[in-house]
This record gives sequence, C-alpha cells and structure tokens, in this order.
Amino acid sequence: MKRRILTCSGTGCISTGSKNIIEGFNRALKEKNLDKDIAVTFTGCHGFCKMGPLVIIEPEDIFYCQVQENDISEIIEKSIENRGVVERLLYEDTNTKTRATTFHEVDFYKKQMRIVLSNCGHINPESIDEYISKKGYDGIKRVLKEKTPEDVIEDVKISGLRGRGGAGFPTWRKWQFCKDQESETKYLICNADEGDPGAFMDRSLLEGDPHAVIEGMLIGAYAIGASKGYVYVRAEYPLAVNRLRIAITQAEEKGFLGDNIFGSNYSFSLKIKEGAGAFVCGEETALIASIEGKRGMPRPRPPFPAVKGLWGKPTIINNVESLGTIPHIIRKGAKWYASVGTEGSKGTKVFAITGKVNNTGLIEVPMGITMREIIYNIAGGISDNGKFKAVQIGGPSGGCLRKDMLDLPVDFDSLTAAGAMMGSGGLVVVDEKTCMVDFAKFFLNFAHKESCGECAPCRLGTKQMLDILEDITQGKGTKEDIDLLEDIGMGVKKGSLCGLGQTAPNPVLTTIRYFRNEYEDHILNKKCTAKACKELICYEILEDKCTGCHICSKNCPVDAISGNPKEIHTIDQDICTKCGLCYAKCPNKFNAVELYTGVKSMEE
Amino acid sequence: MNKGLDDIFSSFDGKEEELIPLLQKVQNTLGFLSDDSMEGIAKFTRIPLSKVYGVATFYAQFKFAPVGKHIIKICHGTACHVQNATAISEKIMTEINVSDGGTTEDGLFTLETVACIGCCSLAPVMTINKDTHGKLTISDIPKIIKQYN
Repeated sequence: MKRRILTCSGTGCISTGSKNIIEGFNRALKEKNLDKDIAVTFTGCHGFCKMGPLVIIEPEDIFYCQVQENDISEIIEKSIENRGVVERLLYEDTNTKTRATTFHEVDFYKKQMRIVLSNCGHINPESIDEYISKKGYDGIKRVLKEKTPEDVIEDVKISGLRGRGGAGFPTWRKWQFCKDQESETKYLICNADEGDPGAFMDRSLLEGDPHAVIEGMLIGAYAIGASKGYVYVRAEYPLAVNRLRIAITQAEEKGFLGDNIFGSNYSFSLKIKEGAGAFVCGEETALIASIEGKRGMPRPRPPFPAVKGLWGKPTIINNVESLGTIPHIIRKGAKWYASVGTEGSKGTKVFAITGKVNNTGLIEVPMGITMREIIYNIAGGISDNGKFKAVQIGGPSGGCLRKDMLDLPVDFDSLTAAGAMMGSGGLVVVDEKTCMVDFAKFFLNFAHKESCGECAPCRLGTKQMLDILEDITQGKGTKEDIDLLEDIGMGVKKGSLCGLGQTAPNPVLTTIRYFRNEYEDHILNKKCTAKACKELICYEILEDKCTGCHICSKNCPVDAISGNPKEIHTIDQDICTKCGLCYAKCPNKFNAVELYTGVKSMEE
Repeated sequence: MNKGLDDIFSSFDGKEEELIPLLQKVQNTLGFLSDDSMEGIAKFTRIPLSKVYGVATFYAQFKFAPVGKHIIKICHGTACHVQNATAISEKIMTEINVSDGGTTEDGLFTLETVACIGCCSLAPVMTINKDTHGKLTISDIPKIIKQYN
C-alpha cells in the first residue's frame, strides 16, 4: 500500500490552517523528490476538532495533533524518510500524561463505534474512486441485482433504523407508506437543513463522505419508487454544498445517477436546493414549501408528505445521517446492524459534543452508551477544572439533564422519558458558570426568533415565556412565574402546528424540572448562583486587598473606577456595565476585585 | 432593465420554484436586493411583487440594503453562548461603533449575529468574510479588526 499523508479538512481544521499544511507537505515532498512515492490528500472531518489541524500517516496510522507549518519538515524527516515519530506532536492524555502513537490508542476514539462515519477522515471526499475502493456503491449494485423494493424495506425493518433527524420514526415504516402510494411521480428529499445551534453532524458527514449519502438516497428512492431527489442543504454550509456538488457530478459521470443505473431499468436524478436561512425549514412540510419557492411555513398534517408532498406528489424526507447509514446496512446486513444498540434503538448515533469539555468534536457511539461514558471517557471530562452541571441534548427542542442522570443509557426512549429528546445530536456540556435560567432563555429566544408566526400558540406563547424569563433573570420575577411558565409551556406544546412549537418549551420545562432551585433563587433571593445574570451581580473592590495599582481603572471601558494611584479604588455602580474586565485584569497576587450576587448585590 | 439582471435571468426559466435560487443569485451578484431588482424578478417570474417580497423577507439570508466591504458574523450558537459570545459581541459593537445588523458609516463593516456557524469546537467564534476566527477573547478583537481595511 502506498504511504499516504492525510490532513483533515473539515471546517474546524481548515480554520486552524490545514490548507497551508497540505500545500506545505506537497512542496516539501517535491523538494526531496518523494512526491511520486507518497500521496498527500485531504479528508473530511476526523472528529477530534479540538486537536486540529490533524495529520495522519498511513498505513501506520500515526496521529499528529495541532500540526503547524513549521512542523512539516520534521514530520517528513522522522516519519516518512525514517520510521520514527515526532514525539511532541503526538496526542498526550491529560490524565495519564502518556502519548499515543496512533489514533486507535486515544481514549477519544477507543470508546467510539464508527459505522456511518467510518470513511470520514479516511478518504478524500472529492474522489469517487476512493469511495468505491471502500466498497462504495456496492450496496446499490447489490440491491439492483438481487433485491426487490419490498426486500429493501424488509432489510431496513430488520435493522431497526429510526430516523436520525430527531423524532426517531422508524425509517422502514415511512418508506412503506410512500411505496404503497400509486403515483407516476414520487420524490425523495434529503434533509440537510441542520439548523440546531451546537450541531454539526450532518455537515461533517456531507463534507467527509458525500457519496455515502448519495448511495443511501439511491437505495431509498429505489425502495419507495422515486425517480427524482433533492438535497435541501443550509446555505451557511458552503463547503458541504461544494463537496456534494462535486460528488453528484462524479456519480453522474460514472452512470450511478441518471437513467438505467447499472444496466437496470431504474433511473434516479438528484438536485441540490440551498436553504436561505430559516430554522423552521427543517420541518418536513415547511421544507417542501421552501423547495416549491414559497415562504417556508408548515401546514397541518395529514395528509402526510408520504401521501401528498412536493407538488402534491408522494414524498419522503430523510435525514442525512439516516441516509448515510443505509449503504452500511445493505452491505453488512440488517441483522449485523440490529445487533448494535438497545432494544428500541438500534445501531449507532453521531453526536457533536461541545461546551465545557476537554475534547470537543464529532463522535459516533453505540445506542445505549451512558452519558457519563461520553462525557468522561470520550470527551475527557470537564475543561478548565470546572464542575459538571448539566448536559443539553437536542438543541432548542431538547432538554437539560442533571448530574444524577449521567448513567442514563442514551437512546430515543430514555431521553424522551427524561423530558429531553435525541434531537439531531448536539450535546452541549455546561459547568457551574452557566446559569440554567439564562440557558433556557437562550434557547427560547432562538425558538421565538425562528418561529414562522403561522400559529398563535408558538408565535405568542414563546414570546410570553421569553418575557417572563427576561423578568426572572433581571430579578423582577414573582413567585407565580414558575407555574405560569409551565402552564404556557404545556399549552404551546399541545397547541402548536409543527415540531418547532411543539418542542420549543422543552428547554424551559426541563430546567424547571431539574434546576427549580435556580429559578427560585433568582425570584426569591435575587441571586444567580452562576453569577451570569448581569442585573443580579455586582463587582466591588476589596479595601483590604487593593493596593491602588491602577490597572483596573486603566482597563475600565466606561471609566466607572476612580481612585488615585496607590490609594484604594472604588467602582461607581451607577456607571458600571458589569463587563468583568476589572475582575479579569486585577493581578492574581492581589485578587482585589470580588463578584457578588444575591442580597449583597442588591444592597449596592 | 439592468443589464446585470438580464445576464442572471438568462440561466433561469422563470418558474416559481426558481424564486429562491434567483433571489440568491441576484444577491450574490449585486450584493443586496434593491427595489429595482425585486421588480425585475417579479416581472421575470410573473409572481406578484408583494409575493416576491413575502418570500424574500421570510428568509434571514436576504438583505435589502447595501452591506459593508467586510461582513462580520458573530456566532451565538449554544457552544459560543456558554463560552461568553455576548461579551465578544459587545466588544465588537463598541470597537467599530455599530449595532447588530448595522453597517459602519464608512461602509467598511456590516455586523451580523448568527445562530450557528457550526465550528462549535472553536467557540467562541466569528467569521469575517471567509476567514474563521476561533477561541476568541475580548482582547483579541481590536487586533483582528485592524487586519481588515
């Protein structure tokens, strides 16, 4: 096997300079006349975004982290011209302080199980031949040769695959509905309108292995009897759009898309539709309206899109990750897939883990793994010596889970029972510096802004809830507010037309359920324990510690601090904007600025 | 009609389903959607002007006023929010003296707060044009802004 230098070119690694690294390797190898023997290639996201730019040397799988341009010559000398490693660029385990030579030894990867992401970070996403070399398009080939549409649906049924977009509806059942419809024209749409803040799974898959999604669509369209497909992708993901466009062109050139695929009488064509920035378009009927060129507003169901969808024709909308999983199920067998996971949730799930953890990035784990294993074994625990407070799952539709729920197995049903939801797979870990009331307000503010305004419960309900939360975080809340929030929240859930409204109250309801004491603290004691709500905190200079060094007053952007040099300084609370710069800038040896919340701050 | 618009329209049929791609193409080419170009689109697609506006104003992507030379997008996604994106936003607003959605008087910068750029591992993060700036601190801001003129 030819030796290869793989450089991660996911959005994260590109922003930390991976393009220059690739050019640097090409240049350096040419100078040394090694460019014929060594292939330099870029890949999609390898997942360990925190450590980017990542460089992998194959076939040994040597794993270099945070590689800079001036490391290139040393890597070539030690690992290409010789069979050694550059010790200082290997990943160092934060706890054991040992270094790992290959990524297989790194905890972040060890506990993962990569099925849908198996090619991400290992092949050049702009090369159809590399995808084919990994048995790509074997799935659709086999389907066309050996299987009827009924067989395919049966396979997906046995595999137990449930939709990865959030709600977890069994994929086979959706397909069956559509297959049963009599219609000349049917459509299959891939929903890549990944709008959840804090989620980037679908983007990474499209950027890292676009052909897998196309192959999944080919198989799905064959099963339901569709001959036309669309990928509806966020315009905010230019790299994903670009790689998908390249992949579609390559597949067309090979005859994998178009008429009479692999000599059969099955034909399928695929188009990209770029979204224009509306979160609600992730909802099926709104997405359809948007493709038709209208305002992206949902409509009541039934009729379901499987019966009456795009331009009134039977339409199936599947999520990127679901479609990317299909070729693996066909190639390796439905029973194999069903052997992974829990009773009700089969297979694996991709998560984007971010927030206050040491190892942020993209992971794929078997269903049923505990949140504790994800956060402490894979993500390496809480960053900056912080203390775990909560993990938010499912974005604006999901909820927050507390410390005592860390051993909950992660699957569709257990999360729903806990008041959260799988969502598309964003996990955001927060520590004690995050105020849960403010956090709930953040999500509700998002849902309120993105509400399309069509139905009153969502449009008005989220606004009312937001106003109440605003009052609470400003210390103006009343005792009745918590009950009122729950009351309106339940109304919005029950009365809203689409998934956006039906789930928008979840972040508020789960934080009330699990962090009620924080709401009560804000209301009754005017106290924000996390010291995050500006109206409930104040900065003060401690007389016994201040030496009058003047650093705080020099840094204060609003001139709120007065005092002559070498004399004790004071903060004028009427002018102070609570930006926290004085607190950050006061030298550690003095620590003379203190941050108060609660009754103390109210006295000022 | 504007020559630039005719060039754009030549690659479209004028069907209703093309409305959003058309708006996108016009905005990409001309920078924003002027009243004239909106009228041009309405005529070309035979969709009532009110409806063209109805669609365009629904989506966050479309702009109806000229934008600055450099577009700053500050991410306020969840990961950025918990890593203090609000303070970063405030610093930028005071640094270039413009509010969210506004353009500086000299036309150099337009500031936008966006929901999620998808670089959560680099939080807090912002993009200026096509450059991504991650792991921001308040004191980084003036240096970064100075690189653009």
